[in-house]
Amino acid sequence: MHLCENRRFCLKHGGLFLLLWILFWNPIYAQNNLPKNNKESDSLKKHQLNEVIVTTSKREFKVESPMPVQILSGKQLEKLNSLSVADAVRYFSGVQLKDYGGIGGLKTINVRSLGSAHTAVFYDGMSVGNAQNGQVDLGKYSLDNIEAIELYNGQKSTIFQPARGFFSSNTLFLKTKVPDFSSGKTTKIRTSVKTGSFGLFNPSFLYQQKISSTFSLTASADWLKADGKYKYRYQKTNGYDTTAVRQNGDIEALRSELALHAKLGTGQASLKTYYYDSERGLPGAILANKYEYVQRQWDRNFFVHGSYQNSFSKKYELLANLKFSRDYNRYIDPDYKTLQGALDNKYYQNEFYASVVNQYTIKEWWKVSLATDFSINKLDANLYRFPYPTRYSYLGALSTEMHWSRLDIQANFLGAYVDEQVKYYQQGDSQHVFCPVISASYQPFDTKNFRVRAFYKESFRMPTFNDLYYTFIGNSSLKPEFTTQYDFGSTYIIEPKKFLQSASFQADVYYNHVKDKIVAMPSANLFRWTMMNLGEVDITGFELNTNFVFRFPEQIFLDLGLSYTYQKAIDVTPKGTTYGDQIPYTPMNSGTATSSISWKNWQLNYSFIYTGERYSQKANIPVNFVKPWYTSDMALIWDGKFLKLPTKIGAEVNNIFNQYYDVVLNFPMPGRNYRLSMSVNF
Amino acid sequence: MKTNFKFLILLVLVAIGFQSCQEDDPIIPEEVVVLPPETATTVEGFYLLNEGNMNMNKSSLDYYDYKSGSYRRNVYGQANPEATLGLGDVGNDIGIYGSKVYAVINNSNKVEVMDAATTKRLKVIDVKNCRYVTFANGKAYASAYDGEVQLGENSPNGFVAEIDTTSLKITRTVKVGRQPEEMAVVGDKLYIANSGGYSPPNYERTVSVIDLKTFTKIKDIDVAINLHRLKADADGDIYVSSRGDYYDTPSKLFVIDTKTDKIKKTFDIACSNISIVGDKAYIIGSEFSYVTFKWKINYSMIDVKKEILLEGSFLPKTVSDEIKTPYGLAVDPFSLNVYITDAGDYVSPGKLYCVDKDGVTKFKVITGDIPAHFAFKYKKTTIK
Repeated sequence: MHLCENRRFCLKHGGLFLLLWILFWNPIYAQNNLPKNNKESDSLKKHQLNEVIVTTSKREFKVESPMPVQILSGKQLEKLNSLSVADAVRYFSGVQLKDYGGIGGLKTINVRSLGSAHTAVFYDGMSVGNAQNGQVDLGKYSLDNIEAIELYNGQKSTIFQPARGFFSSNTLFLKTKVPDFSSGKTTKIRTSVKTGSFGLFNPSFLYQQKISSTFSLTASADWLKADGKYKYRYQKTNGYDTTAVRQNGDIEALRSELALHAKLGTGQASLKTYYYDSERGLPGAILANKYEYVQRQWDRNFFVHGSYQNSFSKKYELLANLKFSRDYNRYIDPDYKTLQGALDNKYYQNEFYASVVNQYTIKEWWKVSLATDFSINKLDANLYRFPYPTRYSYLGALSTEMHWSRLDIQANFLGAYVDEQVKYYQQGDSQHVFCPVISASYQPFDTKNFRVRAFYKESFRMPTFNDLYYTFIGNSSLKPEFTTQYDFGSTYIIEPKKFLQSASFQADVYYNHVKDKIVAMPSANLFRWTMMNLGEVDITGFELNTNFVFRFPEQIFLDLGLSYTYQKAIDVTPKGTTYGDQIPYTPMNSGTATSSISWKNWQLNYSFIYTGERYSQKANIPVNFVKPWYTSDMALIWDGKFLKLPTKIGAEVNNIFNQYYDVVLNFPMPGRNYRLSMSVNF
Repeated sequence: MKTNFKFLILLVLVAIGFQSCQEDDPIIPEEVVVLPPETATTVEGFYLLNEGNMNMNKSSLDYYDYKSGSYRRNVYGQANPEATLGLGDVGNDIGIYGSKVYAVINNSNKVEVMDAATTKRLKVIDVKNCRYVTFANGKAYASAYDGEVQLGENSPNGFVAEIDTTSLKITRTVKVGRQPEEMAVVGDKLYIANSGGYSPPNYERTVSVIDLKTFTKIKDIDVAINLHRLKADADGDIYVSSRGDYYDTPSKLFVIDTKTDKIKKTFDIACSNISIVGDKAYIIGSEFSYVTFKWKINYSMIDVKKEILLEGSFLPKTVSDEIKTPYGLAVDPFSLNVYITDAGDYVSPGKLYCVDKDGVTKFKVITGDIPAHFAFKYKKTTIK
């Protein structure tokens, strides 16, 4: 890593400080540590209401959360015919998945129309980002080893988390499967394989080992190969009707993870390494007279992450995280013929990240915390006139949480200082940003099953390295892009436990404002774009999530989930020609339905996604109109014992009605497709 | 209990209903706007090619009819319902020769040949990464970045394809510099500007000269880096623009005498678009400096007889103040009306302005995305 002198000094001191903190404070606090009591890792008793549910597949609702949260976990997650995390997040309300189609196509999440760079993604508590382009490809995360996906509008409802957790407008948490050796087994192995359309072959392997009463180990790997070929069709009434096969959409990817968990008296520690390696074709936009592409991409992501958490006394808790990650990306365009041959771009990103969180319980009902994060991001690339930027980010979050039986209040004060350094050319300005957040949840009646909540949150995203420095396009004078969110909502759960086992409702209304939105604009030089802080967007929305569980005779259960989203996301950029128009790719109406019938070892799932009419560009005119699309997926699952081994076999039909549609204009999605899966536990 | 079952049945019906009401997806018809008419001289109207933003596949054609004053927006789709995915992606140039329109659709790797009267497709000629088109002696000449077929798979050089305007087939090709751009024919020679824009900072700096009889390159004239626009005046002089490197080397405009094939004059002005009519060259120069982060736009004129920069702007201030991103430019050779487009933010519809020779704005109209290239339609099948 290239660091200039004073920064290296900072870094050394930071690291030493952190080390001292952990080594020095640990024994002191350990002495006045009390016997382990009912310590909670989350400030909210999240499983409080779940114990009474007969079926475990019900969707989880957190009644007390002052910010709206949607959770897909365990069996609920398994019902969704999903290969990757990207497929599953489509079932959250308020979400648009920008999906370029196929297994290898880029898939990014956009929550409540704020833009994909405003959703932070956390993988086992550690943020995964991309300082280069701000995009996290959720298609890269296999669901195979994921236990739960949680989407928070605003932030996770705990003050005991790294500062980064507070800073984004929305946060998506991916939690991998944690070993559970309660059955007395010390070794657990799970193997599975998936195959089907697109030439898919996807074996995976999960190994969990209890080493001692303190240590346990988890190793997992999966390998994915697909030729990515599928039929697509473009047709117009009384016009053309063309069917073709998607080309150059092949992918080969390997993901492997190794994690060591330790239980340390009153705390825990973990060390995790992650490696992802892939090669894929980029199938490109389908255009008149152009259906085939030759561009290719390679990605390699590596990280090592250490986490340590301890409650040194009844009143004081510490959480420390360290991470180093290295990402490599290579892009080849044989059609772009330079003097040195085909265009061959290589990008290297390094990140060093350190975080310390302290939480202090002042009174039974009152906690405060201070979270401080420091990170270095560095990007190298073999581009013409590349400035070799390094970004030093210092984030701090001072939080307080007050918890009474009927009322919860949380307030955060966030401060960030971001310092940009470049080796050559113009460097971006340093940024100081302060953001307040306040949220509350209140129980108006005697029943604990009904709560109302509200939050106000300001947040921002930094311009990415591409925004600032991309040759010819980047603009180093960019400011961060700001969002303001207001939300009011409630959660209600009833549990008659009769024919209707349970019903849960969660509804929210919200208003968001985005200002200084970073958009590509023509520069006065007619042949180039440049990035500008120009856009302004007003978003008003309504979201409804419901879940019903019915019990029929003969142990038949029906689980039904419905969600609906209404969103008006209006371009209010001053002097803009599209003032008052709905922003691109944002449907006014969208919704999902999931249902599942289970009987003994069998389960039949049906899920439906509807995305209403949209516009592919800023102007709401006929040529930009994109008609609504809806898909139906179905799966039959058998979960039982085969040769005394717990075995699960599933058969899926996706897009049953073979509807052809684009999520992103000119990137066709597959029609009807099939998947078979089988997993065996040893 | 019963209500719950009804509810379920209702749900199932709703789901089935969703599936069965697959909407019609018609070809989007043209839109007609009535504008003030123009006296139809030899010119009876023009086509305007909108580029559309890359990968959106939204290149479109508009047609303005002088006599009726009707401005027909997005005419291609309705005229060609069978053309899969329409006109295509990034319309980069257009020309009319005889009774045919030739539209160069860059990212669709084709030259689309249409009937000038009906806009109906006559032929699609595959030319990979094609850029510009020009005409002479019954032939169309298309420049292209990528000569995979003609020059071999890895050649960074571009080429010019000669297309017979009767058979609509590529008859001959010739290799030129890297990323060739605009062309002009003077006598028996074709002049083409090479940019080399794919390999900064190793830009090309030459204009290649092609002998049209033998269709071979006879020389390269060293001019300046990153050449783009190239237009001929009536006296056989070539005006060629250099885009500079967008950083330290500024844009310039050069005049080449085709008798000697030497540079005879240099103007220190930016030129992103140029139209030469009679004695005058109309120039849009808009330049962005990455050092100062400042914009510089000018609407200048050059007297091509005296080769001097004229005072003042060819646009009234009311119009130039309104235009955000000046882009396309054409001057009617008879009425001397100036047609200029504003590409706005590139991703929403642009505007076309008509300003007469006295500087009076005759109309403005909304176009497709990135309105850019004009082709005048002549009354008879006279050659322009």
